[in-house]
Amino acid sequence: MKVTVRKFDAVIVGAGGAGLRAAIQLSEAGLKTAVLSKVFPTRSHTVAAQGGVAASLGNSEEDHWHWHMYDTVKGSDWLGDQDAIEFMCKKANEVVIELEHYGMPFDRLDNGRIYQRPFGGHMSNFGEKPVRRSCAAADRTGHAMLHAMYQRNVKANTQFFVEWLALDLIRNAEGDVLGVTAMEMETGDLYAFHAKATIFATGGAGRIYYSSTNAFINTGDGAGMAARAGMPLEDMEFWQFHPTGVAGAGVLITEGVRGEGGILRNSQGERFMERYAPNAKDLASRDVVSRAMVTEINEGRGCGPNQDFVLLDITHLPPETIMKRLPGIHEIAWQFAGVDALREPIPVVPTCHYQMGGIPTNFKGQVVVPGKQSSNEVVPGFFAAGECACASVHGANRLGTNSLLDLLVFGKSAGESAVEELQQLPKSHKDLPADAFEQTLARLNRLDTQKDGASVHETQLAMQRSMQKHAGVFRFADLLKQGVQKILEVQKDVERTEIKDKSKVFNTARVEALELDNLIEVAVATMVSAEARKESRGAHVRDDAPDTPECPDGRDDANWLKHSLWFKAENRLDYKSVTLRPLTVDTIALKKRAY
Amino acid sequence: MEIVTMTTRILKFNIYRYDPDVDRKPYMQDIEVEVDATDRKLLDALVKLKAKDDSIAFRRSCREGVCGSDGMNINGTNGLACLADLNTFPDGKTIVLRPLPGLPVIRDLIVDMTQFFKQYHSIKPYLINNDPLPERERLQSPEEREELNGLYECILCACCSTACPTFWWNPDKFVGPAGLLAAYRFIADTRDQATNERLDNLEDPYRLFRCHTIMNCVEVCPKGLNPTKAIGKIKDMMVRRII
Repeated sequence: MKVTVRKFDAVIVGAGGAGLRAAIQLSEAGLKTAVLSKVFPTRSHTVAAQGGVAASLGNSEEDHWHWHMYDTVKGSDWLGDQDAIEFMCKKANEVVIELEHYGMPFDRLDNGRIYQRPFGGHMSNFGEKPVRRSCAAADRTGHAMLHAMYQRNVKANTQFFVEWLALDLIRNAEGDVLGVTAMEMETGDLYAFHAKATIFATGGAGRIYYSSTNAFINTGDGAGMAARAGMPLEDMEFWQFHPTGVAGAGVLITEGVRGEGGILRNSQGERFMERYAPNAKDLASRDVVSRAMVTEINEGRGCGPNQDFVLLDITHLPPETIMKRLPGIHEIAWQFAGVDALREPIPVVPTCHYQMGGIPTNFKGQVVVPGKQSSNEVVPGFFAAGECACASVHGANRLGTNSLLDLLVFGKSAGESAVEELQQLPKSHKDLPADAFEQTLARLNRLDTQKDGASVHETQLAMQRSMQKHAGVFRFADLLKQGVQKILEVQKDVERTEIKDKSKVFNTARVEALELDNLIEVAVATMVSAEARKESRGAHVRDDAPDTPECPDGRDDANWLKHSLWFKAENRLDYKSVTLRPLTVDTIALKKRAY
Repeated sequence: MEIVTMTTRILKFNIYRYDPDVDRKPYMQDIEVEVDATDRKLLDALVKLKAKDDSIAFRRSCREGVCGSDGMNINGTNGLACLADLNTFPDGKTIVLRPLPGLPVIRDLIVDMTQFFKQYHSIKPYLINNDPLPERERLQSPEEREELNGLYECILCACCSTACPTFWWNPDKFVGPAGLLAAYRFIADTRDQATNERLDNLEDPYRLFRCHTIMNCVEVCPKGLNPTKAIGKIKDMMVRRII
């Protein structure tokens, strides 16, 4: 197989929100940049974000970035790095205003300013009461944002490689990152993108679970490539289950529904969140609401013939509000639940939604790994942003609207850091090592010559079912232990997947098999990290965590206030400390989390 | 959450197949697949079909009608596979799937959308405003913002443009409904200052005026948008500009 080498200053992998935001930075700086995406940019999953992007603009009531920071630290169950969180919350206004300047069609208030709505876990005055902080374009914020950023890139003449699948990272003996190998899907031809800066913006891997709000394309490609290249994945045990996926279909119903006044009810019609979160109620943090829902279902208060979902009720809201602020939800409820949300409640269940962990980075978007000097040594030439990265701002649980903010802030800062690094570098590229394409060629060759192998479809299903059963909303010590064994067995099948289709032209069977190589890395990382963390924190709640005064609700700060780092080699786990010191303000002190 | 169910049924498909690496010419393939009650949409059935025969190629991503990947011609009408309800197909009747018409086929149900995006890009699909940037957001009243409803929601699936006979005949000269809807989205935006330039850009016998209001675009749009209305508004502005 021939590999054609192309040289660029920078290569960005992924053209969702983070990739497009980084691309704006690089293109406007005049750098020769290639943006690789396995789908046309506006098909990226940012497009499905609904409820809004957080910024303390204070358009409707008083707000402050420091309050936003407090909420984010608390939401993260103190696992988030406070320097990165301060950086993000402080930058929020700037990046949201930039979007407006790009042309994003935000909804408006009567005074002409950007419309803001309440969202789960976002409060005023350090946790006092819900605040309107989510900047929204109806319930299509992600769509409006992704299109506005794509359009800005059209203006900036960004060079896109559409429907190109990145395959492996290229590193030299010193560990510097020198680009990626990639396949042009239309022809099946192989290329290497030799670059001085490589930015991963490949999104999450929500498809490791059976029931997911995520798109088919969310297969953790960046995480898989980084893991194969010897880099750790951070905090992979923390997955967000969104409270409101449409029962059965998994399609997302935004938290903005509850922001606009929607209420969760059990089979008795009770507004059960009043019992679990007396202050924030339906607008408590997502992990809290998801657990409450599963508890209601487990205790026999679920709805429907199998009592396996709860109801999201907006029938008390004025129809005008629903049609103006939540038109997409009205459409989704009809399409995927067969329900007219104006008149009937929507059946919902917690559904896998977001990967809090990822490739470890600092707040500048630089990838950092443990080294001789510190546990956060910068990998030269390598950056990551958005859901594939772990800065870490979401810690053990992400707040709604902070994902769109994350991809804007860190997409931009990764872009800025790359521009800065490129200005200091010599004009010529570092040489590609002799074995630069070896891994890629071996993988493709293995797949093309596999006999009596495993079905990609069946193997993926086995992985998804294992994850769903063994690492769900509530976690159990014995199930996690079995889960590790199971997922390692699935991994063996992934290593012997077989495709019948050997065509070179737009071979989607080959693409799916290569994606599964990435998914399995994330699945194994998740299961192994989850089994090892013997406490409850944020989205990771296990039955055997002690609930004592020292460990409120099972959170064991003495032993587990630390980030997990999973390495593919030998499934090794390492840990590093959480950055508790912010950039300028005082540390948000540890305390028990209640809403 | 798994819903266990016993009711399954067989769906019959007749699918356009063409792999230039293998086939000398395109052909229609008959194939069946068993679906159950958890399979609600055409895309669910296609995923099952692909598990059976991994060589069937189609695009898909979000599976909820917002990314615009899985536009195809379903029983003669363009639409998204992820929104086409299996219950709306008559029992026992073969479902005929073809690629979106009028664009070159790369393989099976995957078309080459280069021409479609070229037309989209030709209308300068980005906000043009040369004033110095204000420190905060540019102001826009709720009424002004409402003008963008029905315009900005386009998902670029190409169902409309590939249902338009004028686009079939002149894909290189006629912008097509999706591109013209985008053009009007910026013209209608109070923050955009390039209305005259945008109208100039469409002032030609083909780019805008080849729309003969056949309205296929309106009928097939999976988001319920109305490109014909937007095109009419641009035409009005052109006429008023001359007077």
